[in-house]
Amino acid sequence: MITFKLNGKKVKGEEGQYILQVAENYGVEIPTLCHHKALEPAGMCRLCTVEMHYGGRVRYVTACNYPIWEGMEIKTDTETVHEGRKLNVELLLARCPDVPIIKELAAQYNLKKTRFKIKDDTCILCGLCTRICDRMGNSAISLTGRGVEMKVDTPFHIQTDVCMACSACAFVCPTGHITIDKIREHITTHAVKKIPSEYDAGLKGRKPIYVPYAQAVPNIPAIDRTKCVHFKTDGCKICADFCPVDAIDHSQKEEIIEFDVGSIVLAPGFEAFDPSRFDTYAYTSLPNVVTSLEFERILSATGPFSGHLVRPSDHKEPKKIGWLQCVGSRDLNRCDNAYCSSVCCMYAIKQTVIATEHSNELLDCAVFYMDMRTHGKDFDKYYENAKKKGVRFVRSRIHTIDPVPGTDEVSVRYIEEDGTIKEEIFDMFVLSVGLEIHQDIADLSKRISVDLDEYLFTKTDSFHPVATSVEGIYACGAFTGPKDIPQSVMEASASACAATEHLASARNTQTKILELPPERDVSEESPKIGIFVCNCGINIGGVVNVPEVAKYAKTLPNVAYVEENLFSCSQDTQEKMTDIITQKGLNRVVVAACTPKTHEPLFQETLINAGLNKYLFEMANIRNHDSWVHANDPDAATEKAKDLVRMAVAKTNLLAPLKQTDLPVSHSAMVIGGGIAGMTAAVSLAHQGYPVDLVEKSDTLGGNALMLGKTHKDEDIGTFVKGLIKAVESDDRITVHAGTTISNVDGFIGNFKTELRNSESTKTIEHGVAVIATGAKEYKPDEYLYGEHKAVMTHLELDDLFKNNDSRIDQTENVVFIQCVGSRDDARPYCSKVCCTHSVKNAIDFKKKNPNVNVLILYRDLRTYGKKEDLYREARAAGVIFSSYSVDQKPEVKPDGDQVIVEFTDRILNRKLAVKADILCLASAIVSHWDHSLAQLFKVPLDSDGWLLEAHQKLRPVDFANDGIFLCGMAHYPKPIEESIAQAQAAAARATTVLALESIKVGGIVSDIRAELCSGCLGCINVCPYNAIDFDNQKFVAEVNAALCKGCGACAAVCPSEAPTLMGFNNNQLYAQIKSALSA
Amino acid sequence: MTNDVIGSVLVLGGGIAGMQSALDLANAGYYVYLVEKSPSIGGVMAQLDKTFPTNDCAM
Repeated sequence: MITFKLNGKKVKGEEGQYILQVAENYGVEIPTLCHHKALEPAGMCRLCTVEMHYGGRVRYVTACNYPIWEGMEIKTDTETVHEGRKLNVELLLARCPDVPIIKELAAQYNLKKTRFKIKDDTCILCGLCTRICDRMGNSAISLTGRGVEMKVDTPFHIQTDVCMACSACAFVCPTGHITIDKIREHITTHAVKKIPSEYDAGLKGRKPIYVPYAQAVPNIPAIDRTKCVHFKTDGCKICADFCPVDAIDHSQKEEIIEFDVGSIVLAPGFEAFDPSRFDTYAYTSLPNVVTSLEFERILSATGPFSGHLVRPSDHKEPKKIGWLQCVGSRDLNRCDNAYCSSVCCMYAIKQTVIATEHSNELLDCAVFYMDMRTHGKDFDKYYENAKKKGVRFVRSRIHTIDPVPGTDEVSVRYIEEDGTIKEEIFDMFVLSVGLEIHQDIADLSKRISVDLDEYLFTKTDSFHPVATSVEGIYACGAFTGPKDIPQSVMEASASACAATEHLASARNTQTKILELPPERDVSEESPKIGIFVCNCGINIGGVVNVPEVAKYAKTLPNVAYVEENLFSCSQDTQEKMTDIITQKGLNRVVVAACTPKTHEPLFQETLINAGLNKYLFEMANIRNHDSWVHANDPDAATEKAKDLVRMAVAKTNLLAPLKQTDLPVSHSAMVIGGGIAGMTAAVSLAHQGYPVDLVEKSDTLGGNALMLGKTHKDEDIGTFVKGLIKAVESDDRITVHAGTTISNVDGFIGNFKTELRNSESTKTIEHGVAVIATGAKEYKPDEYLYGEHKAVMTHLELDDLFKNNDSRIDQTENVVFIQCVGSRDDARPYCSKVCCTHSVKNAIDFKKKNPNVNVLILYRDLRTYGKKEDLYREARAAGVIFSSYSVDQKPEVKPDGDQVIVEFTDRILNRKLAVKADILCLASAIVSHWDHSLAQLFKVPLDSDGWLLEAHQKLRPVDFANDGIFLCGMAHYPKPIEESIAQAQAAAARATTVLALESIKVGGIVSDIRAELCSGCLGCINVCPYNAIDFDNQKFVAEVNAALCKGCGACAAVCPSEAPTLMGFNNNQLYAQIKSALSA
Repeated sequence: MTNDVIGSVLVLGGGIAGMQSALDLANAGYYVYLVEKSPSIGGVMAQLDKTFPTNDCAM
């Protein structure tokens, strides 16, 4: 350590440090233009000149490159120093009169003009650019010429390929002399372009070392070796110099790591289709033609325009936006993706709705589509709602997007359904791009022998939706076919189930069991609080004065220990924290850092490791609530941090340990419903090693599948169902209760007691989880002469004719299908999902039997989503006629002897037509059983259409909000067999996560009702979203079931008598916190 | 029954499907190797603004 005097104060610095570095550490500002921390100083601009006193002598030295030594005395603020600096600035001003930073310096020294000859340059010859270029390992530019001729240039003043266009020179140039344009035009021969941010779909750039996005997990920077200069020249490594914890290691090499695993799950996802190859959509040439993924980023608050809806070309708010559907989907003509991407219709509608919400003015949104495929749960309602909000849906496929000369707008021509040609101008246009599998994934699949179809999706059969052609390798998500998030999540869980059915005997053999120290009893101790204040790198420390907050924290009541950390969450800090808690005998801990939402479990674990109850912990969020939002007011932010810490301490003083008790889990499952979904779930759970009680209302297993013929892939359903029934009946672990209903359900996750009743007796079964797979049924139409004329039938009835090789099939010459019978109307405002494919499949089967039979399908939107689109194409090629009808002009059916006459208006011909039909098949809806009593017994909700309502439509599609109960199959929503099976396997996987537990923890942050204060008003029971409060009719008080309580506190807030206490957030604790907030 | 199977699974891909699969596997008592090509998990869903029908932030 070297000690010297800086402006009269004793300061310390390391051997080899320069004056400027030490001054900066002590907050003494010395101006400089030519200095950069990453580079060796050069003393070029002379602005940092300071006064040095030693032994009565005075010298003037440049602070940036003068090394410190023992006993020296430095003055940065004397009159002579300022005089010299002023002269320097005056000279710079003469050289560069228009450079902002120099004008700023001149203003500081009150210089209005310069006495020297004006040169009108922008370069001050500080040499930062040449030094950084050198550091980059390139030396493409240097200071050339002598004296007044000196300038920054390339050798021989010609563009050079030595310059790699890294732009570091422009980045460090203090005056703006070097610009990206100059690099492009005068320095490099390489292309100068930004590195597109993958996260922002290329709408923004990123650095070679980057964190993909703010919430990325893991949230640590990655170095892009293909862009980082170090990996090209061996130079730079500036990041390593700057990293305060020496975390950067450029010497890391790619390595091959081998794992022994029991199974593999492939979830490689999709790539958004790149529309660059479609010249007529002008995606590459028109900036306001964007892909849907780019539009998603434009809408996002974390996106390139901070969520402000503007178009890329001029950042103006658009007033009119068009969407073009099926870009890269349903297109064999211009790309090879004949399939429907399944998700684009729905995301386009969502984007119109969100864009309208983002727009300050009335936004005109128009979606150009072929068929609106909103086939999922609640999708049609959202579609109808968008129409009501004024979104235009135009059935037309646009072939070209044209520029409007002289403007940034785009123009499109299209044909309306009645044949009129229209031309419209839009401010921007969104291409609803489809989903594709990346070629890398196809290559990988080939290496591991996984068979793919012609579109590079996995080849799967309907009965094993997540199995690949290789045993032990499973697939899920978009890789098995284009699909949306809920379906991907279901398949993900399904693959977890399928991948482990043969590994059940090795469960828990590879996992490790955490050894925990015994919990210390602190009940007799007075509070002894430890506080850890985090800098979060510069996230907090860059704004809040952390040392001051730490100093303040020491003064708070019962605080025994305070320390500040660079990163409180780092592994080494955690270990240190454990030691300190033990050594100092702390019994409560406050961490002043970030949000408990992400970090509370981590710190609680540290408490547990130190033998403390994990509820003796509190966080003060001085980052999200403070340094991030008050970045421009550091003093106030520091004060607020103190307030937050004081409030946390006030509460912490009153914290008490909370208890969690272990309740053992019954390791068995109950599955309700013996159709394909229920049987699949039962078999999967049995394969996982758990006993299953399978309850079926009717006398036989099989459900709807018994009535079906073949899947859309032509697989025989009957054979499969028979096999599945056999698998159920022959499995010792499965007990089938046929002809049985459920009469009562008691208990909760891990501990259900369900009463079963059949015609003879009742019995109670204990089980840990329940899977509800009660299915749905075919709607019996009340229109189109159904039930009145024998030519009119539903799909199941037609399937029966096919299955029995009925002579009517062979004799038929004219067949008509009417779609959406009982679906998508006011009574049932949903799409039944399976009927379009069913009709198209049966139409093809008619054509296969007799190519001369006339088949007509009357539809509204043909919804053969995903790979089922192939079937639609096959039907058209076979000569099946498709004609769309509008819901306010439904077809009419009249009897005509053995035949019926179907009258309909063809919308393209705009004429009323009539055809005779030997068979009229009504694609009737699938409807709920509306089993309110079962839903009530399990405390699970039905939605307005009668479908069981899952916990979260996107992320928890097979769970209920009520823990330990899962759903699958058509009780959730109409769906084809492959989706029912995937969902059943998913339900089994989710159920297994419960059954795999030895016990469940109950208690902790839950509500506790004091019986003596309860007046029995039922207010708490009405607000509890988890049905966790029961009413004891004998004692006339409400009681909390701790196993169901999620600790939301709604009951505590609503109770007029303050009877419920939310443990860990009791009134005294909250009042103390509020009082402390107000005591500032 | 001889215990000659391995109680661990490799999941390729850290998007919403890969993450869900990994979580379910781990919670069922199997060790999981989650392999992701890019620097962070999250996949395409992390890029989405809001998701239907709740208009929840996709993040």
